[in-house]
Amino acid sequence: MTQQNVDSTKTVPQQFDASPDFRGLETRGAHAWFGTHHALADVSLRFPEQTVTGLIGPSGCGKSTFIRLLNRMHEFIPSAAMAGEILLNGSDIYAPSEDPASIRLKVGMVFQKPNPFPAMTIRENVLAGIKLAHLKRDNHDDIVEQCLSRAGLWKEVKDRLGASGGSLSGGQQQRLCIARSLAVEPQVLLMDEPCSALDPGSTLRIEETIKELAEKITVVIVTHNMQQASRVSDFCAFFLTDGGPGYLVEADATRKIFTNPTDSRTADYVQGKFG
Amino acid sequence: MATTPTPRKMVVVYSRADRIFRRIVTAGALTSLLLLGLIAGFLIFRSSGTFREFGLSFITGSEWFSAGEDPIGGATTALVNADDASVFSIGPMIVGSLVVALIAMFLAVPLSIGGALYIEFYAPRGIYRILVSLLDLAAAVPSLIFGLWGIQVFTPIGVRWATLLNDRLGFIPLFSVEFENFARSPFVAGCVLAALVVPITTSVAREVYSRTPRDLIDTCFALGGTKWGAIRSVVIPYGKSGVIAGAMLGLGRALGETVAIYLMLNLVFDYSFQILDSAGGNVASMIALKFGEATDKEISALIAAGLVLFIITLMVNMIASSIVQRSTPRA
Repeated sequence: MTQQNVDSTKTVPQQFDASPDFRGLETRGAHAWFGTHHALADVSLRFPEQTVTGLIGPSGCGKSTFIRLLNRMHEFIPSAAMAGEILLNGSDIYAPSEDPASIRLKVGMVFQKPNPFPAMTIRENVLAGIKLAHLKRDNHDDIVEQCLSRAGLWKEVKDRLGASGGSLSGGQQQRLCIARSLAVEPQVLLMDEPCSALDPGSTLRIEETIKELAEKITVVIVTHNMQQASRVSDFCAFFLTDGGPGYLVEADATRKIFTNPTDSRTADYVQGKFG
Repeated sequence: MATTPTPRKMVVVYSRADRIFRRIVTAGALTSLLLLGLIAGFLIFRSSGTFREFGLSFITGSEWFSAGEDPIGGATTALVNADDASVFSIGPMIVGSLVVALIAMFLAVPLSIGGALYIEFYAPRGIYRILVSLLDLAAAVPSLIFGLWGIQVFTPIGVRWATLLNDRLGFIPLFSVEFENFARSPFVAGCVLAALVVPITTSVAREVYSRTPRDLIDTCFALGGTKWGAIRSVVIPYGKSGVIAGAMLGLGRALGETVAIYLMLNLVFDYSFQILDSAGGNVASMIALKFGEATDKEISALIAAGLVLFIITLMVNMIASSIVQRSTPRA
C-alpha cells in the first residue's frame, strides 16, 4: 500500500530549474516518518534563489512536515526519521559534518502563531537571534532598524523599541517575528501559514513584506489560502495524501498551477472542489 | 433627536441543575473559609491570655520558663506554686525557623531548577516517566522518614560538610562556631529540610517548564540557538513566576515542618546566627517538644506560638502570590 503510493509519485515531480549548478534549496527524494508512520514520500523540489514558493494542499498532506525537514526542525519530534537529501547551494544539510544550529541560521522560520518572546522588548526580540547564536555584531541599532524596515514595521514602532513585544497587534507581532528571523541574515525563510491567525489587512501587509523579501532571499510559504498563494508566490507545489504518506502531485509556475495544471486533482483543489 | 434609552436590566434565570450545582460549590468554598476562620478563632481565643500577659515581648523575648519545671538550659531553679514566675517568649524560635527554612531554600531552589530542567529537556525519554513518578513518590514520603534518614544516614555527611565550611570560611561570622560540634545544627537540619522540600519544588518547576509554549522553544532553535540558549532566553523567563510559586510552597512547608526538625535540631532559647553551631530554634518543633508536659498556662503560650507560625505562613503565601502576579509574563 505504502509502496504503491511512493511509486505513483515517482513520475510526477516537475523541475522548474534543471541546471546542474543550481543555487538555492533543493530536496531529492525526501521522505519523513514519525515512528512507523510514513508522513511524507519522495518529494523532489527546487526552490531557486530570490523566489517565493507556495506549498499548498489539504490538511494532513505533509506540508508542515516537509517545511520542517528543510531546516532540520523535523528531528525535534521524538522518533522522527527522514530519508533522501536536502541540499542548500549543493551541500547536504543532513550531512554528519553539518551543525543543525548553523543550518537553522541559514534557513530561518516564521511560525503560524505570532510568537514574540514575551519577556523581551521589541528591540531585544529583533536581536534575540544574534544573542542566541552568539553572532558578533557591533551595529545593533542598524540591524534593528534594517530588519524592522524590511519587515515593514519600522515606522510603526521606531519610537517605542523599548516596549514589550506583546504590546503590538497580532499583525505587528508577526512582522516583528519576521524581523527577528531576518536579523541573523538567513538565505532561506520558511513560513508555516504565517497569516492564518491574522486579519485581512495584516495579511496584505505581510504579503507585501514577503514579496520585498524575495528580492534578496528565498521564501517558502505554506498556505491554505489559494488567493494568497496566487498573489504572493512565483512557484507553487501541490501536496496530497490518499490516506498514506503525503506526496507531491505537481510543482510549477504559480500561473500555470492556477490556470492550466497538469494534474486534474490540482485543478480541482485550486478551484476549491475539495480540501 | 432620539432620546438615549435607559439600559435594560439583564436577568439570568439559572436552570434547576445549575442552581443546585451552584449551591454545592458555594458550600464547598465557604466550608474551607469557615474552617480557616474557626482555626484562627481558636488560636486567638486560646492564646489571648498569653498575649495579654506578655504582649509584644512574647515575640521579641528569648526566655521560656514554666514555673514548676526546670527552665531550658538546665539550672534547677524550680519554684513551686509561683505561677507568676513563668516567662514565655519565642523570639529565637521565630528567627530559627526562618534561618533553617532559608538554608533549606538556598539549597533546594537551585537543585530543583536544575533537576526540573534536566528531567524536562535532557533526560532520555525512557527514564523521563520514571523520574517524574519517582519525584511524586518522594513528595509523598512522610517527613518522619526524612528525619530518621537525617539522623541515621545524613548527619555524619552533613557534619563533614559543616566542618569543611567552618574550616575554609570560618572567618565569616555566619560560619563560625563556639564549639566544634556540628551535629544538630541549623545547617545540618537545613540540609535535611532541603531534601524534604526538593521533590515538591522540583515537581512544580518541572510542571511549569513543561508548559513553555513549544512554539517559543522552536523559535529559538529556528534562530540558530542551542538548547541551553532556548532554556535561558525562553524557558527560564517563562517559568519564573511558577518557579517562585513552587519555591514559596516549599518555603511554607519548610517553615511549618515539625517532625524532621524535631529530630534534627538542638533547640536553644538564644538568638544565634552561627548556622554551624549545634544550637537553633524552630517554632513548630518547639511546640511538639513541649506540648506533652506543658502546664495549662504553658499550653496557652504554645498555642500563641502556633498562632505566630500561622500568621508567618499566611504572610509567606501572600507575598508569594503577589510576586507571582507581578512577574507573570504578558503573552
